[in-house]
Amino acid sequence: MKITMAHGSGGNASKELMGNIFGKYFKNDILDKLEDAAVLDVSGRIAMSTDSFVVTPLEFKGGNIGKLCVCGTVNDVLMMGAEPKYLTCGFIMEEGLDIDLLEKAVASMARQAEEAGVKIVAGDTKVVEGSGGLMINTTGIGVIPETRDVSAENCAPGDKIIVSGTLGDHHACILSARMEIENEIKSDCGCLKDITDALFGAGIDVHTMRDVTRGGMGTILNEIADSSRTMIELQEAAIPVSEEVKGFAGMLGLDPLYMANEGKMIAIVPGDQAEKALELMRATEHGANAAIIGEVKQLSCKKDNDMSGTDADAETKPVVHIKTPLGATRVLDVLYGEGLPRIC
Amino acid sequence: MNINEIIEYLKAYDGPDIKMMEVCGTHTASIFKSGIRSLISPKIHLISGPGCPVCVTPTAYIDKCGEYALMDNHVLMTFGDMIKVPGTHGSLADLKGEGAHVEMMYSPFEAIEKAKANPDITYVLAAVGFETTTPAYALMIDKAEREGVKNIRLVTALKTIIPALQWICENEDGIDAFICPGHVSTIIGSKPYEALAEKYHKPFVVAGFEAEQILAVIYDIVRQLESGHEDVNNLYRNAVRDEGNIKAQEILARCFEAGPAMWRGLGVIPGSGHYLTGKYAEYDGGSMGLDADMELPASCRCGDVITGRITPGDCPMFGTGCTPLAPYGPCMVSAEGACGIWYRNR
Repeated sequence: MKITMAHGSGGNASKELMGNIFGKYFKNDILDKLEDAAVLDVSGRIAMSTDSFVVTPLEFKGGNIGKLCVCGTVNDVLMMGAEPKYLTCGFIMEEGLDIDLLEKAVASMARQAEEAGVKIVAGDTKVVEGSGGLMINTTGIGVIPETRDVSAENCAPGDKIIVSGTLGDHHACILSARMEIENEIKSDCGCLKDITDALFGAGIDVHTMRDVTRGGMGTILNEIADSSRTMIELQEAAIPVSEEVKGFAGMLGLDPLYMANEGKMIAIVPGDQAEKALELMRATEHGANAAIIGEVKQLSCKKDNDMSGTDADAETKPVVHIKTPLGATRVLDVLYGEGLPRIC
Repeated sequence: MNINEIIEYLKAYDGPDIKMMEVCGTHTASIFKSGIRSLISPKIHLISGPGCPVCVTPTAYIDKCGEYALMDNHVLMTFGDMIKVPGTHGSLADLKGEGAHVEMMYSPFEAIEKAKANPDITYVLAAVGFETTTPAYALMIDKAEREGVKNIRLVTALKTIIPALQWICENEDGIDAFICPGHVSTIIGSKPYEALAEKYHKPFVVAGFEAEQILAVIYDIVRQLESGHEDVNNLYRNAVRDEGNIKAQEILARCFEAGPAMWRGLGVIPGSGHYLTGKYAEYDGGSMGLDADMELPASCRCGDVITGRITPGDCPMFGTGCTPLAPYGPCMVSAEGACGIWYRNR
């Protein structure tokens, strides 16, 4: 069975789709009231995030668009130190979309939402002309406990940088599928709640968190250095990348430091809590390959009245340095444009 | 000698200035990524050569591809790097935004399936590359010919490295030695460098892509120059045979013949292009004669960069009129282009 324009008409076909697919998997006290809007009882500081998920193929090794659209938004809310509570979803379905595939995605969403402890409380579907595609937008909110203060601005000299596992897996998995390259690379698509629960549960004073998605870790660390006006120094040898992703990226001229993940994060914590935090992360499912990869340093100060121009500016610009295994140092810049496979 | 001793030696080097050219862009990228330049004596100068196929592609070629992309019932297929290279009327990515038919490909073989599925559409491939990439085009066209698929064309900017090295040896006297490209050498072998080494009295050493392998080659070159040698050495033996990949050479010889080719910033180099020949010639989408290039403004110094006359940072447009997000010349576009690499690691 395929989605047709009739499924978007509001008539019988729409009703059937609601009952047989969405109603079957999405059930909770708020949604079941079938009101025009969800009424939520929340108080305190709220973290809110929205994201639209467009992925080809819709199913991939390690997940599908349904799992991805819940994890992606939940992870963004988690990264602010919030406890994710509620999610909304908007489906844009193209004519010709396989209904079995849709059902699989919806089932994955329900399972993933339950695992993350969030309720899907509102939703919408639209059908558009096209060729069987599916796009899903999710918006999530979470409540930030009063004791937590997580922000890119908070990272400070002396802090250590921990990455929760190997880089580039999702990107390499999706690109392999698109290029029809057979390999064992699996997307790391997953919800990072086990990690944040472990860190906050043990009282780690997490200064900054970011999930490593588009732009990759290189871009994200530059944003953090910029927000906190610090210098970040990484040890290249400590950065985890699986052998398969390394080989795949090398072949295409891509750099895992700029490749996307969908279930990895950076946590920046005070230096004296780093070993403890690492141990806690490694004990979780999603943080088993976590590693301390670098530290935050003071930005060298610009001398008073130094108007000599670019060189002085370069010194005081927030920057990410990376020490290579041979002992050299280079600058790790942001990703420019799109990371495209090269010719030779 | 272990790697630390090699680094010590190269750091302490205090003889005459040495200029060696790493021909291949992948070497340049690896040199920057591993920080090799900061580990060796400032008297050893590493110059980025013309071995990035995107960087040496003339503007007229991009324009030709753009013309196809705008034609009814035609789809232009290209690898990722090429899509951002500026032509006279914008890049292929710009044209795509305006509705031109541009598709990114990951393998030339995609064209055969597409051509079979859509017989009314002609699939035009922007075929750019050196000996490493060319065999894939040869195999694809050979398959298309055997299966009677007619609606595929190649616009070729396929190049061979030896005539370009010869051109540099003839026209640039400042280069003391060459770090030969690893990937290209897997196809052509290390033998073709012997005539060059003998004629121009310079060492040519084939290198792998790991930092340690490149350092070993730099060390080999320094030692050769110090002891008055001018040998061809192959230090990438696990991938490169002296005679190269005979099978790949055979398919190249069957599908292509040599002809003059335009190198952006250098000019036309005789015998440096690969053109479809014999029964495969009907698949050519007009590759010859793309040798009229747009007049480069005096401030664009791409040609000086890829011949090692200046470093990317010396170009007046570097970082101002030419950045990875708004490139003027292709050297800034490609992941393998010297200027792009310098910019990202500045």
